This record gives sequence, structure tokens and C-alpha cells, in this order.
Amino acid sequence: MDLLLNAAVGWARGQFALTAGYHWIFVPLTLGLGVIMAIMETIYVRTGDEKWKKTAKFWQILFGINFAIGVATGIILEFQFGTNWSNYSLFVGDIFGAPLAIEGILAFFLEATFISIMFFGWNRVSKKMHLASTWLVTLGATLSAFWILVANAWMQYPVGMEFNPDTMRNEMVDFWAVAGSSIAMNKFFHTVTSSWGLGAAFVVGVSSWYLIKKRHQDFALRSIKIATIFGLISFILIAVSGDGSAYEVTQKQPMKLAAMEGLYEGKEGAGLVAIGLLNPKKEAYNDDINPYLFKIEIPKLLSLMGYRNINAFVPGIKDVIDGGYTLPDGTTALSFREKRERGLLAHKALADYQQAKSEGRDTDAANFEKVIKDNYSYFGYGFLEKEKDVIPNVPLTFYMFHFMVLVGGYFILFFAVVWYFHQKKKMENSKVLQYIGLWSILLAYLASQFGWVVAEVGRQPWTIQDVLPVQAAVSGVPAGNVMTTFILFAVLFTVLLVAEVTIMLKQIRKGPDF
Amino acid sequence: MITYEFLQNYWWFIISLLGGLLVFLLFVQGGQSMIHSISKTEDEKKLVINALGRKWEYTFTTLVTFGGAFFASFPLFYATSFGGAYWVWMLLLFSFVVQAVSYEFQSKPGNVFGPKTYRAFLFFNGIIGTFILGVAVATFFTGSEFTINKVNLVNFGAAGSVMSGWDNPLHGLEALGNLRNWCLGLAVLFLARTMASLFFVNRLDHKVLHERSRKYTLYNGVPFVVFFLAFLIWTLVSDGYAVNPDTREVFMEPYKYLHNFIQMPVVLVIFLVGVVAVLWGISGTVLNKSFNKGIWFTGIGTVLAVTMLLLVAGYNNTAYYPSYTNLQSSLTVQNSSSSEFTLTAMSIVSLLVPFVLAYIVYAWRALEGKKLKLEDLKDDGHAY
Repeated sequence: MDLLLNAAVGWARGQFALTAGYHWIFVPLTLGLGVIMAIMETIYVRTGDEKWKKTAKFWQILFGINFAIGVATGIILEFQFGTNWSNYSLFVGDIFGAPLAIEGILAFFLEATFISIMFFGWNRVSKKMHLASTWLVTLGATLSAFWILVANAWMQYPVGMEFNPDTMRNEMVDFWAVAGSSIAMNKFFHTVTSSWGLGAAFVVGVSSWYLIKKRHQDFALRSIKIATIFGLISFILIAVSGDGSAYEVTQKQPMKLAAMEGLYEGKEGAGLVAIGLLNPKKEAYNDDINPYLFKIEIPKLLSLMGYRNINAFVPGIKDVIDGGYTLPDGTTALSFREKRERGLLAHKALADYQQAKSEGRDTDAANFEKVIKDNYSYFGYGFLEKEKDVIPNVPLTFYMFHFMVLVGGYFILFFAVVWYFHQKKKMENSKVLQYIGLWSILLAYLASQFGWVVAEVGRQPWTIQDVLPVQAAVSGVPAGNVMTTFILFAVLFTVLLVAEVTIMLKQIRKGPDF
Repeated sequence: MITYEFLQNYWWFIISLLGGLLVFLLFVQGGQSMIHSISKTEDEKKLVINALGRKWEYTFTTLVTFGGAFFASFPLFYATSFGGAYWVWMLLLFSFVVQAVSYEFQSKPGNVFGPKTYRAFLFFNGIIGTFILGVAVATFFTGSEFTINKVNLVNFGAAGSVMSGWDNPLHGLEALGNLRNWCLGLAVLFLARTMASLFFVNRLDHKVLHERSRKYTLYNGVPFVVFFLAFLIWTLVSDGYAVNPDTREVFMEPYKYLHNFIQMPVVLVIFLVGVVAVLWGISGTVLNKSFNKGIWFTGIGTVLAVTMLLLVAGYNNTAYYPSYTNLQSSLTVQNSSSSEFTLTAMSIVSLLVPFVLAYIVYAWRALEGKKLKLEDLKDDGHAY
């Protein structure tokens, strides 16, 4: 591939990763803290206890600071599909644009409208109306997450569409297949519950700091009570939806699953790596070097999670490339070479189709159209050259995945312990647990970020699975221009993050208004 | 009977309407561009910032929805313009990114850079956000430099596989080389400032700011009218990008936009009503000291006039996003829209818009029952 194009793709990907990564620092807290403060306000409205009002109001201040920067980092993401991925926008905008537009109409306005009542309406609307506004802000944020995850899930598993060779784009034929795909539902469930978990970890962590400092202890314990129960439920749901994710990935993106597990050679009754260290000497997917320096496996679990059958065959990276194994539907998997051949056939037929159409040769055009249709499932492979082009970054995907899973397990234990200590009224005296609570905030943020790294790095090279790789999706903007905007955003977002964290810490130090 | 053609036109209308609403809501940006001039003391600044700060999210959300709706209904425009005129859009987005944090952060302790920095961000967004948007919309009439060749996707050539290529290495900044684009850019900037002045007259319970806002209505209203008329007259007498309805061929037609107004009398009438309402709001506020409702006349007038102007750009066999380097690559409502299926699905969603408008009106009224004064800021619980 051309070096210039390579650089342009690299910077465009870098910019997307940078902006999405920054955006995702703030979104999960909005989703999680939103529910927690709404629960607190609900208790206030039901009991009339002013302490709960003040508790809810304190968390609302932190919510507001976080929300503003979440909005700031979010706008660029939507427009970036056009600015940096124009081929992608043209090729699938017919399908991909709809969830983004619906997100704007149904979710963003709900959020933006009721957040003004939530912030400024304490004395201007009734108690119940204010409570409804707080819940509607959270609902708006959650709906927005739903539609953007529908869009993302569609890239991972394109459904409900047909390619139209006249317009040279994919067109939607089934809205509900797009909006209701199993992978979209699972993504939504997993992402939202994980955000709840992060919100809970945040509240417990900040409250722990007050306990360490012996300030506002009553407030801190009250917050911990709500956040711990909420956190425990969330993390159990995260485990359930995480299992669902593993199943979906196995079915729809076997290469991603193989990378997540560092599995090169497929096998029946495959185990799940609990802890492992990859061998950095492993260079080619088909060399004989053992991919692991060390690993502890839970036997059969990967087959069970991926196929709901302890003896099922799980293909490794080598199998996905070389093909020849039996797929769940009974057919035999094609090799990369075979897929590429068919992708190229589709490409050639498409060029020929356009030519035939422009010359009015309709019978020829119909024949070419059939070739396109028959080979379209492998369209994207026509843009790739070598076997290694379809392998994502294995170490990154592997380590991020395992870190995320371990942290998820840790949090179930953590919230259970905190809940126990809180019930026994020992939380205020356990310095160790308070410090663990404080530092666990960091773990929650890392796990949340790493989850997205697994989802997005693990699907490389595809913007749309099997249909469009990154190098065919990018805009014609030269690499130097994108590098400039990358640097601008990197500097600006970092500066804003520093300001946000400092303001947040200042507010926390100031404490609730009791 | 709902045909594909009807849906395409319906969506061009929705886009035009969103554009009109967006320009009205740019009064927030207009106000930001005056925080160093209209408000002198710290208390005045505080009041002005808080009045605008309760509205900025509407503008922001409308911009995002405008983008999303444009993407869903006219994806070829999204790909061509955003991926081509890169710097115009990046500059615009950059200005909105810094705006979004500034209200919340500027008065908070520990904001590292001090309130002046965040107010400078607001000022930057106020100037750039309005001016650049005006310039970008002007290119709907003056044209851009791009070539669309969809077969590039599978003919991996020197330009990679890019289907909509931009022909100018400045990637959008070349639009600043056209004086007519400047006229609309400046017209939008001064319109936004005028509307902000009218908004302050309507909303603030503060004698000094009230008086000053009336003066600023005049100071900004005059340059607005001058630049807007310059753009309008220039456009009406220029050649426009017409489409042959039978062959779909794009060609230059003298007085095309004037013809569009004449051939679509309803559009012309609503446009004129809009312009009169804008001028009524401005002149009423300047001449009559007890007239406080100017923002509603000028605001609604702006929505009507801008919406009709965008209809003129896209209806009546006109290419709404023309290319002067490759005339036949020009985008029309017909050749750049989504499929019939998508437009139908989106149209069903658009039926919910009145519901959205209803709760926006409710929220606006709930919060704006009385005018904003300094003393309220403490009581309302969340001040910027």
C-alpha cells in the first residue's frame, strides 16, 4: 500500500482513537452518576428528608462539571465520520446516518432541555417536576448511548442492508434488523451497565476519601449505601452481558475472539485464559513459536462461552486465515486467499457494471450485478493484500481484554465487601478499605477504556466487518492536515482534562453543603 | 401519495428548517462575541454569561442534530463537504468544543487558566462559529471545488480509493477568497449580535444593560442589513447552478436564484415576511423604548428567511452544493439523498419533532417566567 495513504489512515485512526478515548472518560460517569443522583433525589422526594436533597445536589455539581466536557469532546466524534472517513460516509451513510440523526432528535434534546430544569429549576418548578427532569436527563443520556451503540454494533456486524451498484453504496432494507440486532442489544446492555458500575465506583471512592479525612461522614456513608448496592447489581449484570459479548464476538467476529485470547491454533473444548503472558518472539501467525510464555487456563470455558457447548471447536488466528474448518452452519470456512479472490471478483464486476451501464449494455450489466451480489460478503477482502492484514494487534487486544475481565471480577468482590462492612457499621473505621475504595476509581476508569480498546482494536482492519477496511474508508485529506488537527485536539483535550480534574478535586475538597 | 421525490423534498425542507432554527439560536454566539463590549463590570459580565449560559445547549444540540440529520438524509453531502472542506468544518467544530466547557468552567474555583481564558473561548466561538457557518452556507450559492467519481472505490488509483475528492489543496479555506462568502459570513455574525442584543432587552432585569442593549441593536443591526443585502443582491444577479430536469445535467443559468424566487411565489412571500419581521424587531426596539419583544419578531423572521433561502438553494431544479471545477459533480437534492427506505424511516421519526418542540417550550417557559436579575443567580442553585 502507498506510504502516503498509510500515513493518512494512521493519523485519521489516531485522531478517532484520541477523541473517542477522551470522550469515553466522561460519558460513563454521566450515565452512572446520573442514575445514582436520580435515586438519591427520589429518596428525598419520597421522604422529604433535606439531607438527601443536599446529597443529591452535591453529586449533581460533579455531574455538571463532567457533563460539560463530555459534550465538548462528543461533538467532534459525529462530524469526524464525514471529515476523516468520507468514503465510509458515502458508502454506508444511508444506514449509519439514521441512528445518529435519531440520537440528536430523540436523545440530545431530551438531555439538553431537562438539564436546564435540573440545574436552574430547584426553585422554579415543583419537587416532582424537578425529580422527573433529573430522571429524564439520565434517560436522554442512556437513549443517546443506545443509538450510538446501534451504529457501532452495525459496523461490527452489518445487517439489514443491500449493496446498490448504481448508487455505489449500501442501502438500508430493514430498520429493525439494524436497531434490534443481537449484537447491538448486547453492546448497549454491557456498555450501560459498565458505566453504572463506574459511577458507583466513583461515588464509593469519593465518599471513602471523606471517611479517610473524617469529614462529612454521615453524607459519605449515605452515599456509599446507595452506590454499593447499585454497584454490586451493576457488576453482576456486567458479568452476564460480558458473557453475552463473548458469545456474540465468537459468532460474528472470530478473528477478534482469537486475538482477545491469543489463540493461534484452534481447538475443540478450548479453555479460557485466566492469566497469561504472551511471547514477544512470536512474529508470524503460522510460525511454530509458542504464543504464550505462561498461562493459566480454565478448561473448556471458551468453547462453552462462545458456542454454549463445552466441546465446540473454537478457531484460532491460523484457522480463520487458512480456513477449512466447519462453521456452525455446517459450511466450510474459506481461507483468506479465497475470500480475497472473491472480493476482487466483486470489485472487477462493479467496475465492469458501471462501464456497461454507461454504455447502455443492460444484459451485461445484469450479469455483472449477479457476480457482485454473489461475492459481496467478501467485498472488503479485495482491498487487502496479505494474510497479516486481517490480524489485529494481538498483544494489545489480549492484555486489555484480560485486564478488563479481572477488574470486573474484582469489583463484584469489592462491592460485596464494602456492603458487608457498611451493614456491620465498620466502614467508617476500616482505613484499608477506604484507601482501596479511593484507588479503585482508577481501576474502573481503566477497565472501561480498555473495553473499548478491545472492541475497536480487535476488529481491525475493518471499519465495517468484511465489507470495508480502514484504508478504503478514509477521506482524501492529506496526512499532514490530519496530523495538525490531531495535535490540536490532543493539546486542547489534555488541557481541558487537566482543568476538569482540578475543578472536580476543588469541589470535592470543598465538600457538600451541610 | 408519498413518492421518493416527495420524501427527498421533505427532507430538504427539514434540513432547511433546522438551518433556520440554528441561525436563530446563534444569538448565543452573538452574545458571546460581545461579552467584552456590552458588559463592562464584573456583575454585568456575570449576568450576561448566565443569561446566555441557560440557552447555549439548545444551539449546540441543534448543530449536532443538523449534522446528524444531514448525514442521514444527504450522505453524499456529508462525505463531500466535511471530508473536503476539512478546515472550514474543523475550525467550526473547534470553536464549539471550547464553548461547551466554558460556561461551566469559567467561574469554578480551580479552573487552572482563570475566567479570562474561558471568556476568550466564548468570544472565539462567538466570532468564528457565526462567521464560518455563514461562509459555509454561502458556498451553497457560490460553489466549491470538488469532483465525485464513485468508481474510484474499486480502481485504487493515485488518490487511493477516495470517491469524493476535493480539488483545492487549501481544503475549504479557499472559500475565504470569495468576497460574496465574506458578505454572508459577516451578515450572520452581525445578525447573531443583533439578536443577542434583542435577547438581553427581553430577558435582563438590569437598567444599564437594558439601555446599552438597545444601542447595540442599532450598532449591529445596520452592518447586518448592509452585508445581508450585499449578499442577497449579488446572489440574485449572479449566474446560478441549474439542473436540467430531463437530463439531470447541471448548467449555469443567469439570474437562477432570482428565477427561483419568482417561480416559487410562496417561498418568496414567506421570505419577505421573514425579512420584514427581522427588520420590525430591530427597528421597533431601536425606536420604541418600551418595546421588549423584538427578539421574537427578529428570531422568528430569521427562521423563516433562512429556511426559505435554503429552499431556494435546493428546490426548483437547482444544485444546492455546486462544484465549479466539475459542474456535473454538483450535488442536488435528488442525486445526494438517502434511499427511499431510509428517508421513509427517518420521516416516521420526524413525526416526533412536535413532541420535542413541546417540551422545549415547556422548559423554556418554566425557567423564564420572570426576567433574570443578579439576585436570582444565587437562588437558582447553579450559577456560571
